[in-house]
Parts: sequence; C-alpha cells; structure tokens
Amino acid sequence: MADIDATGAPPVHPRTMYIRRHSIVTRLTHWLNVLCLSLLLMSGMQIFNAHPALYWGQYGANADPSWLQISATDGDTQPYGTFRIGSLTIPTTGVLGASKEDGEWTVRAFPAWATIPSYQDLAAGRRWHFFFAWLFVFNGLIYLLYGFVAGHFRRDLAPSGAEVSPRNLWHEIVEHARLRFPKGEKAKRYNALQKLTYLIVIFILLPLMLATGLTMSPGIDAGYPFLLDIFGGRQTARGIHFITAWTIVLFVLVHVAMVILSGLWNNIRSMVTGRYAIRTEGEDA
Amino acid sequence: MSKIVSRRRFLIGSAASLGAIGLTGCDDITENQNVQKVLALAEGLTMGTQRLLVSPQALAREYTDKDLSPTFRSNGTDNPGSEDYAAMVENGFSTWKLKIDGMVNKPMEFSLADLKKLPSRTQITRHDCVEGWSAIGKWTGVPLGLILQSAGLKPGARYAVFYCADELEQTLDGSGRYYESIDLIDAFHPQTILAYSMNGKDLEVAHGAPLRLRVERHLGYKHAKYVMRIEIRDKFSDLWGGNGGFWEDRGYEWYAGI
Repeated sequence: MADIDATGAPPVHPRTMYIRRHSIVTRLTHWLNVLCLSLLLMSGMQIFNAHPALYWGQYGANADPSWLQISATDGDTQPYGTFRIGSLTIPTTGVLGASKEDGEWTVRAFPAWATIPSYQDLAAGRRWHFFFAWLFVFNGLIYLLYGFVAGHFRRDLAPSGAEVSPRNLWHEIVEHARLRFPKGEKAKRYNALQKLTYLIVIFILLPLMLATGLTMSPGIDAGYPFLLDIFGGRQTARGIHFITAWTIVLFVLVHVAMVILSGLWNNIRSMVTGRYAIRTEGEDA
Repeated sequence: MSKIVSRRRFLIGSAASLGAIGLTGCDDITENQNVQKVLALAEGLTMGTQRLLVSPQALAREYTDKDLSPTFRSNGTDNPGSEDYAAMVENGFSTWKLKIDGMVNKPMEFSLADLKKLPSRTQITRHDCVEGWSAIGKWTGVPLGLILQSAGLKPGARYAVFYCADELEQTLDGSGRYYESIDLIDAFHPQTILAYSMNGKDLEVAHGAPLRLRVERHLGYKHAKYVMRIEIRDKFSDLWGGNGGFWEDRGYEWYAGI
C-alpha cells in the first residue's frame, strides 16, 4: 500500500473499498423504528382528530383558549378548513380541517390519507398507537443497552471537542449547504452535525415523546405526579407531544434528503447489509 | 455484485409492497380480527405495567379552587331524556334509589338523602377525556369502598358494574344503555367516590344527576353518569358485548388508565 505521499505518481484512479458501517443491532432497530414512528405518527393524527385543539396548562377543553386549532366552517357546497396557531389563521381546505374522504367532503383535522385507520375511529387509532408505542419502547431499550454496552455511543456518536468547535461546525454547515459530503477517510465516520443531530434525536426528542405521552396518562400521573410539574400540566404535555412529533418528522425529512443526496443506494445498503462503500481518489497499490 | 442486485430487488419489492399496504391496506389490516387481537395485547401490557409501577393507593393529583375549569364541558349524554328520568328530575330525585346487589351479603338501597348523610369526601381533580381534552372540577360524594364494606362482598367478587339511566343507542336488548365496570382495586381506591355534588352544587343533569362515579386515574368514559344500580360480579363477559362497558363494547380499552 502506497499510502504515503508518492510524488510523481502515475495517473490517479478512484478506488472503492467497503467498510462495515452499521452493526446488526443498529440496522434492525433502525428499521423497526421506521415502522414504529410511521404508525405512531399516523395513529397519533387519528387520535388528534378526536379533539383537534391544543392548550397550555393543567386543563383545556372547548370553552378554554387554545393556542392551536384545526377547524372547519360550513360553505354552500363544501366545508372550508382552517389551521390556526396563536392568532394566525391559514386556509387549509383540502388538507387540514376539511378534506375529501372517498370523494366526499368531510370535516376532519388531518386528512384520511394520513391517518390510520383512514376513517374516523378513535378507539382503533388508540390501539395502533399503544401497540407501536410499546414496540418503540422495547426497540429503544435494546438500542440504548447496545449503545452503552457495546460502545456504539462512545465510539461512533460522541463528538470530540474539536468537532464541536464553532469553527468546525460552521465549516460543516457550509459544506452541507453546498452538498459537498466527506469522502475517503472522513466518510468512514459521522461528521459532527450528524453526531449532534443523532444524539439530540436519541437522547432528547424520542425520550421526550415517551415522557409527554406518559404524562397524558391519568394512571401514570397518579404514580408519578412530578411529570405534571416537569411539563406544566397534562395539556401542556399534549402540546409538547405534538410539537416534538413534528420536530421528528422534520428531522426525518432532512435525514431522508441527506440519504438521497449523499448516495441513496450506498446509504440504504449500509443500513440493510452493513456494507458502506468509500470512494478514495487514492493511488493504485 | 449479483448479491447486491438481488438485495436491491428485495428492497424495491419490499418498498413497493409496503407502499401498497399504505395506500389501500391499512383499513383492511385494521379490520382484520387477528390483527385486532395482536394490537389488543398492548392493553394487557399497559394495565399490568401500570398496576406494577403505580401503587394501588397512589392518589390522582388534587388541585385547588383556583385551578377549577371556568367551564366544565359535559360529554356523552346531556340528558337521559326518558320518561322515568324526567319524572325524577321533576321531583328532585326524591323517588330515586341506588341499588347495590349481586355478590354481596346484604343487598342495599340508598335514597339521595341517605347517601348525603354518610361520610363524604371532597376532591378537586382533573377529568381527562379519551378525546384529549381535560377539565378540572370539584366533586363531593360517598367513598364507594365504604358502601361496599357495609354491603359485604361475597367470596369470588371481582368487579363492580354500574348500570346507568342513559341510553345512547335505542336497542331491543338494552345493549345501547350505558354501563361500566371497575375492579376492586379501583372500587376501594380512596378517591373512588359516588359523587352527588359538583363545584359545590348538586350534580347537574348534564353531569350525571343525581349520582355519578368518580374513578380518578381513569379516562372520562369510566366515570359513569346517572348511576342507578351497582352490581357486584365475578365477571362481566356475560353482559351485552362482554367487554365491561358501553364504550368498551365499541372498541375502547377496559383499562382506561392511559
């Protein structure tokens, strides 16, 4: 291997080498998480549709001021949907508030194509939600156990001091914005933006979903009333659950965009088989 | 390479079939009986875990007068509307009687005046509807445990079933009548009361006059309104839909602590 600077080297040929990027535990828990989060989001929207308004504080119902509401008003031929956040109201007919279900205009917050089941059925939505919430918890526990015990977090996700320096972070943001992704040796490891983002999702956003979900449970509140104090009430917890869910959706959108832009098949292969191709513009051996 | 290609094909195939499920199959899957059984496993897990992690005596948070909801929304039935019920409203529930029977040593009857003479408990608690909203109200009533103790439970007693005056669906077999059931852990919980007063006044018709169950630590539909009779039973599988309550027979969880 002529790794060391070889001056006057012959023409450079790109080489491809494969590394093992993702362990079997990471790959399995990743795809199970895709399934869980998708169904949790769809059933969560079904549940939200039963009372499409959010409040701050301990209580909140129809007569109380809401900070977010999806609603509909009657029209001559069809209902009109609106989305309101604070005092800002946006017409959303066709998607939010009023949308077509089997060709018929229907008053419902999230449209039929986004919820499970498609038709309004709170009881069924809850069954889907809690089943996949449990699966998500078991999956997450296995991942966390593996992450700590096998050193995945320490080895692959903990950023070094230099990596989180403002200078390096700014450099990476600029590189990302220009869609220039690391190659060669650098591509073997996550960059600092990836590390920080994954850490935020794993240790803040996903646990926050679970904790705010549990705070909505009257049974859990009786045993662990501090949850109500941490989040400032059941209705506030419900709002944070909603905001965090859409923050995770935003993460997934950016994540999928990055997967596509930085090499769709290479990334998917590495998350399915573990093998990740690194292209180096190195010299021939 | 061929391995990778076949993996790609597998991936594309999987993605396509998942997409097809997403577009057309979710409702079919939801209605599949076996899927229903699998999804319903979560309820047992939730109940078992909560029973394990939350002490049977743990109290739901109690709030103060300044936390009361300015408007307490009524939900479900606003007025049972039957002739019998209307007549009782007319006479101020002076002819209303609560019956306690089933697997008890001493079946009992209480008038509203009788109940008001018994030791009472007042609690300001949060009512959480399964739909997602919450309202805080102040409830006064007789601890259910006290009444069950005086009636005396027979061996094998496991559930208290509440029969109500409201009928949400008109049916010949009475399956549209509201009923609910709780186990003895909840029946003897200190905050489980038969409430005849809300926010310092007699219970209004919209909130279940003359008597409603408060079973804090559960969602709103467990808090049966217009209670007429309490039957102590060893099972509820032989009642109407067999799931222990009006909403339970329509797909909602019997354990409503979540």
